Amino acid sequence: MVQPIDLQEPSPMRSLQRVLKSLNAYRWLALGALLSSLLLTAAYAVTPQLFRWGIDQGIADKNLRVVLISAAWMVAAAIARGLFNFGQSFWAEAASQGVAYDLRNRIFSKIQTLSFSYHDQAQTSQLLTRVTSDIEQIRTFLSTSLMQVISAIVTLVSIAVILLIMDWQLALITLTVVPMAGWLLARFLSRNGDLFRQVQEQLGDLNAVLQENLLGIRVVKAFVREQAETERYTQMNQALVRTNMKTILAIRNTFPFIFLLSNLVTLVVVGYGGAAVIDGRFSIGELVAFNSYLLLILQPILLIGFAAPAIAQAAASAERVYEVVDAAIEIRDRPQAVPFQTCGGRITFENVSFRYPGSTIYALKDVSFETQPNELIAILGMTGSGKSTIMNLLPRFYDATQGAVRIDGRDVRDFTLASLRSRIGIVFQETTLFSGTLRENIAYAKPEASLDDVIDAAKAAQMHEFITALPNGYETLVGERGVGLSGGQKQRIAIARTLLTDYSILILDDSTSAVDAKTAAQIQDALDRLMHQKTCTSFVIAQRISTVQNADRIFLMDKGRLVAQGTHDELMRHSPLYGVILESQVKQKAPV
Amino acid sequence: MRSTGPVVASELKPHKQLSTLQRFLQYLRPYRKEVPVALSLITLGAATQAIGPFFIGWSIDHLIGQGNLRGLLLLLAMLALLYIVGVWAIRGQILRVGSIMQRILGQLRQDVFDKIQSLPVSFFDRSEAGDLMSRLLNDVSTVNQAFGQTVAQMLGNLFSLVGIVIAMLCINLQLGLLSNLVVPLMIFTTGLFARWARARFRVTRETIGELSAKLEEDIGSVKEAQAFNRVQLNIDEFKALNAANRDANVQAVAITAAFLPSIDFLNTLATAGVLAYGGYLAVTGAATVGVVTAFLLYVQQFFRPIQILSQFYTQAQSALAGLDRIFLLLDEPAELKDAPDATTMPPMQGDVRFEAVEFGYTPSQLVLKQVNLHAQPGQMIALVGPTGAGKSTIINLILRFYDVSGGGVKIDGVDVRRVTQASLRRQIGIVLQDNLLFTGTVAENIAFGCPNATHAEIEAAAQLANVHEFVTSLPQGYATQLGERGAPLSQGQRQLVSIARAVLINPRILILDEATSSIDTRTEALVQAAIARLLKHRTSFVIAHRLSTVTQADQVLVVQQGQIAEQGTHAELVAKQGVYANLYALQLGADATPVAR
Repeated sequence: MVQPIDLQEPSPMRSLQRVLKSLNAYRWLALGALLSSLLLTAAYAVTPQLFRWGIDQGIADKNLRVVLISAAWMVAAAIARGLFNFGQSFWAEAASQGVAYDLRNRIFSKIQTLSFSYHDQAQTSQLLTRVTSDIEQIRTFLSTSLMQVISAIVTLVSIAVILLIMDWQLALITLTVVPMAGWLLARFLSRNGDLFRQVQEQLGDLNAVLQENLLGIRVVKAFVREQAETERYTQMNQALVRTNMKTILAIRNTFPFIFLLSNLVTLVVVGYGGAAVIDGRFSIGELVAFNSYLLLILQPILLIGFAAPAIAQAAASAERVYEVVDAAIEIRDRPQAVPFQTCGGRITFENVSFRYPGSTIYALKDVSFETQPNELIAILGMTGSGKSTIMNLLPRFYDATQGAVRIDGRDVRDFTLASLRSRIGIVFQETTLFSGTLRENIAYAKPEASLDDVIDAAKAAQMHEFITALPNGYETLVGERGVGLSGGQKQRIAIARTLLTDYSILILDDSTSAVDAKTAAQIQDALDRLMHQKTCTSFVIAQRISTVQNADRIFLMDKGRLVAQGTHDELMRHSPLYGVILESQVKQKAPV
Repeated sequence: MRSTGPVVASELKPHKQLSTLQRFLQYLRPYRKEVPVALSLITLGAATQAIGPFFIGWSIDHLIGQGNLRGLLLLLAMLALLYIVGVWAIRGQILRVGSIMQRILGQLRQDVFDKIQSLPVSFFDRSEAGDLMSRLLNDVSTVNQAFGQTVAQMLGNLFSLVGIVIAMLCINLQLGLLSNLVVPLMIFTTGLFARWARARFRVTRETIGELSAKLEEDIGSVKEAQAFNRVQLNIDEFKALNAANRDANVQAVAITAAFLPSIDFLNTLATAGVLAYGGYLAVTGAATVGVVTAFLLYVQQFFRPIQILSQFYTQAQSALAGLDRIFLLLDEPAELKDAPDATTMPPMQGDVRFEAVEFGYTPSQLVLKQVNLHAQPGQMIALVGPTGAGKSTIINLILRFYDVSGGGVKIDGVDVRRVTQASLRRQIGIVLQDNLLFTGTVAENIAFGCPNATHAEIEAAAQLANVHEFVTSLPQGYATQLGERGAPLSQGQRQLVSIARAVLINPRILILDEATSSIDTRTEALVQAAIARLLKHRTSFVIAHRLSTVTQADQVLVVQQGQIAEQGTHAELVAKQGVYANLYALQLGADATPVAR
């Protein structure tokens, strides 16, 4: 990703702290969960005492009444346990979902407002992962691991206290299981963390081969590679089986011993406690209670043990999420920015040089020009000449590295971004269609536009006839499940989309390249009219001379420099480069 | 993975689940000698776990109650030995069951992959590869989860549960029956919650689906959003979907959060029942304190096995649904095999003939009707026409990915159906639109069709394809890893490597799809030059996108609506003033005569 990570700060843990702070917005839910957790522990702790009472004062004393009362209290404790357990889970989940909701909103807003330079280097899939699975990791941490660790610690501490009060010697014996099991668990996790990661990696690699074969089945068959690919897969598959076996061995060496430990400690408790009962120091009820507590101790230990890797994962995810949330927005409004309102038509580039962030090469070198009101400027050049780059600076998708871009004398950086961009209509090279109806796509910038306005725009873009011929007309769905449109049709939708905005300046970037010549001519006509009516200046960016012939002036770009400007005739006479381009484009025809 | 209760189960009907399970159990066949050993170890392990409370209860009555300390210590020592034996059994169980399961899973994965290699191309054209892929990955992983580690645990717990029930019934029948009443109740409750949870989780799946779709669209279209000032609206729309997802999840959790407490409550109910009734029996002398104690300890041991079993149950359901889909795939008919008397294709000259070829992907809809064409060795045939429209079909037929329904495709006079597919395809090279490369080194990718190629041959091919310089500029040169975690190549570089791959096998017939997008100018020039070299001296079929290609072609085929609408050289077709002329001449006209203003 774009932002470098500062390796000196323990950032994952810090990010996790920030997550915990964001819990503050839901503190009542969190407190509810915490309180439920504490009460739950109390309810758990009470039950063995009820056993003890029931056995000692009830059964041993042949007092049926006590037995029945203790049974009744047990049920009451169970109801309480049930309620608190529910409360803990539910409120913890609600709080975590709230935090996830906030975090998702924050990161989404950030992504939508980050500048083009960020998005040039960012990958959509990476961003998606952060919003979906990374935040889900954080959320699971809050609702599960965090809750479990807290309640585990509370449980352990309170049971330890109870045991110590009942009989401190027996308690100490019982509590030895805690550090021993803990040590076994820690040893397991530290030795085998890598092993489990290896399993994941190998599985990922195996699936990658599967995917390649699925997508590239034609290539595999055409090159007669079925056998070779199968052998490759088999090897990797066998390796995975072997690695999985290693994890089984690791589990085999740890968990049976943890359970043996708890069983042996039970025996010691029965032995030592039994002796104490025989001596009269201890009651049977107490012995049974002790055993019950022992059963309660083991689970918290396991929970804490397994929470550790979960916490590490959540911390890593938190770091990735905040990386985006904290990213700097490069292009923003200046403090005193004013709205851009009327356009006189004088657009000036003053010695503008521009370098894409992260690049050493200048995409624009010392470009200067000035437009006259109502001019149609064509910018011509081959791929990489900088012709599209120039037009990125006008709406402030990027800011010039050196020099200034002005509209009617005012630097574009003095205007608010919203007002600037709403008055500059752009048709991009690549058309993005959105899921929704054709009408919604055309009305993208102005969802509240009337159908008449939408139709007008579609007519100008020469799409109205095609659309009305569809069964659902303007309500036809576009996108994966909807109608498929050709490249030319998509471009015309994009043009209609732009025509529906309040543009004063129009920028068309190679926008009829996929349209056949006849329709392109029609579109050009309609656009010509609109450009002369509504705009103060227009720009057409193109590669083909045929597209730019009607322009008032042609700017010829080559390797980032503005090498010539003038009318078609003037350029034919004065610019060698123009002549070369013209010739090469004519050359691509057969001798008649 | 959350363990708070039943999550959504699949939608397989019970009898289908059974048959799928039966088929899965077939995979146990190679291990049938090991199974009884594993089962006995499981039984032994469970028995040692179940026996503890029995003896503790007994010791309370007969040893502690009698003040027999020595006897107590002796008993405990025996129990300790028993537990150690139990550990040995459990270790053995984990190893054996785990080893069997891992090998079965490995076999399942292998079967799926082998199947993929033997399926006809038509299968892949039908199913969306992405959909298939995600299903396979998900399904194999759910099977892995359900049957990987947890089987040993589940079986152990199942046997423990059975052992506990038996032990209880043996000690005291009445008390045993009372305690065990709760088990069917627990099972019923599990099923109930599963049903409720399913409905709620279906809603969460929908909301997360909508959220993801919106996310993907908006994250990919940030530039448009900023250019058209739609940022705030996008953010507001997102918030709404986000909130819906949050609420759906909270509602779903209300169900799962109630599940375990309900089971726990039933458990405690049983415990209280034991205490009450057992206490009554003890007070009236019908049972001893030891017995009651043993029962109390046993009842507490119900909870964990039921919890684990219910978890396993829901996992198993998803796994069975996944298995069902996997088996459906495995049952697909394999591809057209070579004819029994198929011969090897002799070294080709490259004469390709289509004679009255008819073909349709579905019998009712013919894509090619009465197509005739003849390409002489070394000729370049350009295929043009509106998208799809049979161009790629012609290529499918030459490579024999499909068989014609009428007429025949002949190479050097030999019908392609009479030779082995392998010998046919080895002599045909392809460079397709997507330029797919595979995990492995650059060298391995170039030698894809000829794994035994020497390094010199690989380099030579790379030179011809104009990619040698680029490869040597990489840090590890030809040994650079490509693929998911390898070096990312640009589209243009990928195409150059694809061209090298085709060059290496030195095919007599070449198939080339020119469609490429967004290649930078420099690489474009390299690609053009490489392709020009590639096309020399070979019969080539090119799906043309460049004007220069069509003008140089020996024959141009205009494919429209499944028929060859026009055939001829570029000049002839322009003169005809037909379909081709319409498509291309206007473009030419516009370029040729600069109109004065």
